[in-house]
Amino acid sequence: MSENKRLNLTLHIWRQKNAADPGRLATYRVQGVSVHMSFLEMLDVLNEQLTAQGEEPVAFDHDCREGICGMCSLTVNGIPHGPQRGTTVCQLHMRHFADGQEITIEPWRAKAFPVVRDLVVDRSAFDRIIQAGGFVSVNTGGSPDGNALPVPKKDAEAAMDAAACIGCGACVAACKNASAMLFVAAKISHLAKLPQGQPERRERALAMVAAMDQEGFGFCSNQYECEAVCPKEISVRTIAVMNRDTLRAGLGGA
Amino acid sequence: MEARPIERTSSASLCRLLCSSIGSKALVALTGLALFGFVLGHLAGNLQIFAGQETFNAYAHWIKSKPALLWGTRLGLLAVLAVHLGVSVRLARRNRAARPVPYAFQNTVQATSASLTMVWSGLAILAFVIYHLLHFTVGAVSPAEFGRTDPLGRPDAYTMVVLGFRHPAIALIYAIGMFCLAMHLSHAIQSVFQTFGLNHPRCMPLVRRAGFAAGFLIAAAYVSIPAAVLAGIVTLPPGVSP
Repeated sequence: MSENKRLNLTLHIWRQKNAADPGRLATYRVQGVSVHMSFLEMLDVLNEQLTAQGEEPVAFDHDCREGICGMCSLTVNGIPHGPQRGTTVCQLHMRHFADGQEITIEPWRAKAFPVVRDLVVDRSAFDRIIQAGGFVSVNTGGSPDGNALPVPKKDAEAAMDAAACIGCGACVAACKNASAMLFVAAKISHLAKLPQGQPERRERALAMVAAMDQEGFGFCSNQYECEAVCPKEISVRTIAVMNRDTLRAGLGGA
Repeated sequence: MEARPIERTSSASLCRLLCSSIGSKALVALTGLALFGFVLGHLAGNLQIFAGQETFNAYAHWIKSKPALLWGTRLGLLAVLAVHLGVSVRLARRNRAARPVPYAFQNTVQATSASLTMVWSGLAILAFVIYHLLHFTVGAVSPAEFGRTDPLGRPDAYTMVVLGFRHPAIALIYAIGMFCLAMHLSHAIQSVFQTFGLNHPRCMPLVRRAGFAAGFLIAAAYVSIPAAVLAGIVTLPPGVSP
C-alpha cells in the first residue's frame, strides 16, 4: 500500500491502575493514523493525545521495536501480537487494519502473569523457570575451536528453531489453559538437540517442568493456539520433545 | 540453583512424575488408550448383531459364562475410567484457575471445536454410558423388553437390542452419545501421540487426519446398529412379538 492513507480508529483499551485495581476497558478515538505506522506507534499517537488532554497515558511494555526483544505484549482483538502470523505487535503495521475499525487491546491474561499496570504484566515467572534449568557443563581451559564439536545440520537447525524463542509469553496468553508449555519446551528442546546440552538433559527437563508447575500456569491440551500466535513460529514439536524427555527422566530410563 | 543427581525410579519419584503436569497428561493418555481399546472391542462384539440372533446370543452367553473375565474387565475398566475422569477434571479445574480474568474479546486461531469441548464431550459420554448400562445391563429403561430368553434358553440379547432400538427417541439418544464419542476421539487420538512425545513432521499431519477420521468412523459403526434396526435391516426373530 503505497498511498498515504489515514485511519480513524476506535480503541477499547484495558486500563488498570495497579495490581489491586479491578480494571476496566476504556474507549478512545484516534484520528489520522498513517497506515505505515506500527501498532505501537499508533499507541504513541494516542498517548500524545492523552498527555495533551492531561490524562494518564496508557502503559505498555516495549523495548527494541524490532521484533527480537520479547517485551511487547498486547492482545489485539483476542489474539496475542495481533492478526499477522509470525509477527510481534511492534512489527505489526496499521495497514492490516481498516478505517473505522474497532480494536480491543488487552494485556496477557494469566494468573502467573499478574497485571502491573494497564497493559504491562509481570513475566518474572519465566525467569524463575529459566533459573530452574540450571547450567550447561563446559570444560575449563582454553576456548575450544568453533568446529571441534560436530553437530549434524538437522540438529543444529532444530536447536536454532527452538532458540528463536524471545520469551514474550504470547504462547501463555493465547493458550486456552494459560499453559507455558511452548515456552518451556522451546528452552528444553533447544539444549536437548545439542551435544552441549546432553550432560544435564534429564535433570533440566524435570527441574524446568517442576518450576513451570509451581508458577500456576495451566496444562497443555494440545490445541496449538500457542504455535499459531508465536512471533517466532516455534513448533509444538518442541512440546513433544519436552514430554518425551520429562517422561523418560521421570521413569529413570535412558 | 544446584543440579540434583538423577534419581533412579522409586515410588517417590514416580509419584512426583504422575502428579506433575506432563505425568498427569500421560496418565490421561494411557487410561484413554485403555478405554479406546474397550471401545474397539465392544464395537467388534456389537457388530455381530448383523450375523443374526444365534451368533449374537452365543457371543453374549459366552461373555456371561466367564464371570472372572467379565468382572475382571468390568472392575478394571471402572478403575481406568476413575483415573481418566479424576485426573482430567483435576487438570481442567487447574486450567480454569490459570486464567482468573478472561479476555473481553475472545478469539481462536486454530483450536478445533472438538479440542475446546473435551471436558464436556467426556462428561456427556459418561452420562451416556450410565444410561446405556441402565438400558441394556440393568434393564431399568424398559423392563418389559429385558430378561427374555431365546429358544435355547439363553438370555435373548438380540431381541432386547432390536426391541430397544425400535423407539426412535432411544435411537436418537444413542446417536447423540456416539456423536460426543466421535468429537472426543477425534481430538483424543492425535493428542495421545503428542502427549507421549511422538510428533514427527512427516507423520503428524497424517496422524491428525487419521485420528479425526477414526473417531467418526467408530461412532458411525456404532450408530449403524440402531439405524439398521430402524431401517428394518436388523429385524425381530420370527415368532417374537414386541
